[in-house]
Amino acid sequence: MSGEAAGPQSQAGTVVLGGLGAEAGDAIAPERDFAVGVGEDLVEVKNLTMKFGGLVAMDNVSFTIKRGEILGLIGPNGAGKTTCFNAMTGVYKPTSGEVLLEGKLLNGMKQHKITRSGLARTFQNIRLFAEMTALENVVVGLDARHKTSVVGALVRSARHIREEKSAIARGMALLNFVGIGHQAATLSRHLPYGSQRRLEIARALATDPKLLCLDEPAAGFNPAEKEELMALIRTIRDDGYTVLLIEHDMKLVMGVTDRIVVLEFGKKIADGRPHDIREDPRVISAYLGEPDDEFA
Amino acid sequence: MSMFDGPKPLNTAKSDQASTDMESSGLTQGSSAAAPRPNRKFGAWSDRWREMPRQKQWLVLIPIVIVAFLLPVVNPPFITTEPGNDWPLACQLMAIYALVAVGLNIVIGYAGLLDLGYIAFFAVGSYTAAMLTSPDSAFIKIPYLWTLPVAIAVSMFVGVLLGLPTLRLRGDYLAIVTLGFGEIVRILATIIPAMKGQPGFQNVGHPPGVGADGIPIFANSNGTPWYWLTLVILIIILFLVGNMERSRVGRAWIAIREDEDAAETMGVPTFKYKVWAFALGAGVGGLAGALMGGQVGFVNNQKFDVVTSILFVAAVVLGGSGNKVGAILGGALVAYIPLRFTAIAEYKFLIFGLALVFIMIYRSQGLLPAKQRLLAYGTKAYAAVRKENSARVRKNGDPGAPGGTAGSGLPPAAPEPNAEGATS
Ligand SMILES: Nc1ncnc2c1ncn2[C@@H]1O[C@H](COP(=O)(O)OP(=O)(O)OP(=O)(O)O)[C@@H](O)[C@H]1O
Ligand SMILES: [Mg+2]
Repeated sequence: MSGEAAGPQSQAGTVVLGGLGAEAGDAIAPERDFAVGVGEDLVEVKNLTMKFGGLVAMDNVSFTIKRGEILGLIGPNGAGKTTCFNAMTGVYKPTSGEVLLEGKLLNGMKQHKITRSGLARTFQNIRLFAEMTALENVVVGLDARHKTSVVGALVRSARHIREEKSAIARGMALLNFVGIGHQAATLSRHLPYGSQRRLEIARALATDPKLLCLDEPAAGFNPAEKEELMALIRTIRDDGYTVLLIEHDMKLVMGVTDRIVVLEFGKKIADGRPHDIREDPRVISAYLGEPDDEFA
Repeated sequence: MSMFDGPKPLNTAKSDQASTDMESSGLTQGSSAAAPRPNRKFGAWSDRWREMPRQKQWLVLIPIVIVAFLLPVVNPPFITTEPGNDWPLACQLMAIYALVAVGLNIVIGYAGLLDLGYIAFFAVGSYTAAMLTSPDSAFIKIPYLWTLPVAIAVSMFVGVLLGLPTLRLRGDYLAIVTLGFGEIVRILATIIPAMKGQPGFQNVGHPPGVGADGIPIFANSNGTPWYWLTLVILIIILFLVGNMERSRVGRAWIAIREDEDAAETMGVPTFKYKVWAFALGAGVGGLAGALMGGQVGFVNNQKFDVVTSILFVAAVVLGGSGNKVGAILGGALVAYIPLRFTAIAEYKFLIFGLALVFIMIYRSQGLLPAKQRLLAYGTKAYAAVRKENSARVRKNGDPGAPGGTAGSGLPPAAPEPNAEGATS
């Protein structure tokens, strides 16, 4: 999988990948069925509008996410980035517009069904299951792919036992992958902040998504930690995942993304390769309007 | 201990009452960068239990079970409820309440659904047993023991029936709606002629068997056999509930309790699992009701009041919401105390009310704090992680960051700021 996902940008990732062996990679990203090839449109957001009463949080936003890329979604505070995630993952019902995954309409589907069809996300304000250990949190994500029924669990069916065993192995592999394997037994509310952020990513990966949506995964990190997290995100992409990344820090986003979509006041104001975005006068003015964003 | 200016580590406002209170009661919060699991009084005990090999656990469990079975026979001094109340019957009531608490714990403790009307299912179970065995009933008659599975099925059905429309509500709204359940059953029993209101059903059936003296073994006044039957059922239910807990079902319930929206986002069909929690809890409640109806031998509409329903909730909360052993303890205590201390029995609601207030203030997690095991095969993985961690501590004296690239190929970014104090 890592092979076919290798785009032009994958060099940086492979360097960081370092010690991650082939079998570890398999545990992280098992075989998945895709209807679209690498580089084709995986997700289409079409004319998405989201109104809260009189407030238009998203105004006719359209963009596509190509399989195998890291797409950055940036914009000043309150631009509607998180709202975009929420509308895509079914938390909010969009006022109008469509979200398509591999050509399949997601609108109106139940949230857990959207997750199972391949859209996973993390939360801007961390929302782990506080009283569960790190490993248990990840296994909840893995359960999205499990098929044991309630009765099967009650009588400990053969499938239940098989799934429970593989869940431990895959869960530990995922925790090791994001670098918190040594904290597997710790209750998630006792984890240090950085590990909580990483655990959120591991839990989302556990649902085996086709598109991984990360909502400011590096919020509250210092620059060095941010760099490390971006390296992790690149590794995730190199393992065959497609990533939609919300991040405030322009410099950081430039370094890690393949393409960038810029929102301001709910409208898409730019969409293109990082260095084009950097030159775009509308983006510059949007960000100059809020100089603090560089430090968010 | 603010580490970063960013968003708070965990949205404590969202997480439930218990978790915030546990934090404030002197537990380490987030401070132990990577210590295996913060060592706390009860945590240490249950961790040790968890890491015991199966055989060793049995060595501890079997004597406990034997003592439990001998309880009504030995009639221990000081502990006994006599002369005020018959001791074997007291044991039976304790076992019934324990069973009720184990069932309600599925709903409240695991799934986090505050059900104040659990008595409804208890009542449905009692009525099922009564109406299928009592000569006062116009229904077909079946042997008493067969009414137990029927009671489970009927109350599960009622559970689903009540759950489907109400489980879309959350928190306080759900609690208020469930409060009405108990009343609904009681009122139905009054107005439906077949349920016979106040006169009720006499001579409810019991398991077969006649003693040497010609008196049925399971006579109403003979608590010991009833207690043994209930205890056997309780143990079976405990096994099954344990299986639930250590499966995707238990994890789904706890995830819903911790953060329902996040659970849904992680692919948990939250509504389905809430209905399952309701139905399975109802099944256990109905089973307990059928046992109670059989032992007492008389079922009418006067026994199933809201106050008793609240008492059930008190049993779960007192014992430790989310902990099935705690639920047994809480249920048994709630039944035992008024029987043992007959002088204060009239004030039992006052006393349990005060006890609950104190528990909420000083020990909101209950007598035995919740600690679910949610992974069927987690013990080994955890033990391996702990071993690896302590090996690392021995090697470089730094419990925080995993040495270099352990396992991940990535430098350990996050834990470092916390471990700094120790390293520099
Ligand atoms: N549930 C809601 N009800 C009403 N208004 C909302 C809701 N959610 C978001 N909004 C509004 O929509 C706008 C966009 O918010 P959103 O959270 O998407 O911004 P954002 O780009 O993620 O900002 P930030 O960088 O601060 O996270 C804001 O004005 C916000 O107040
Ligand atoms: Mg946001």
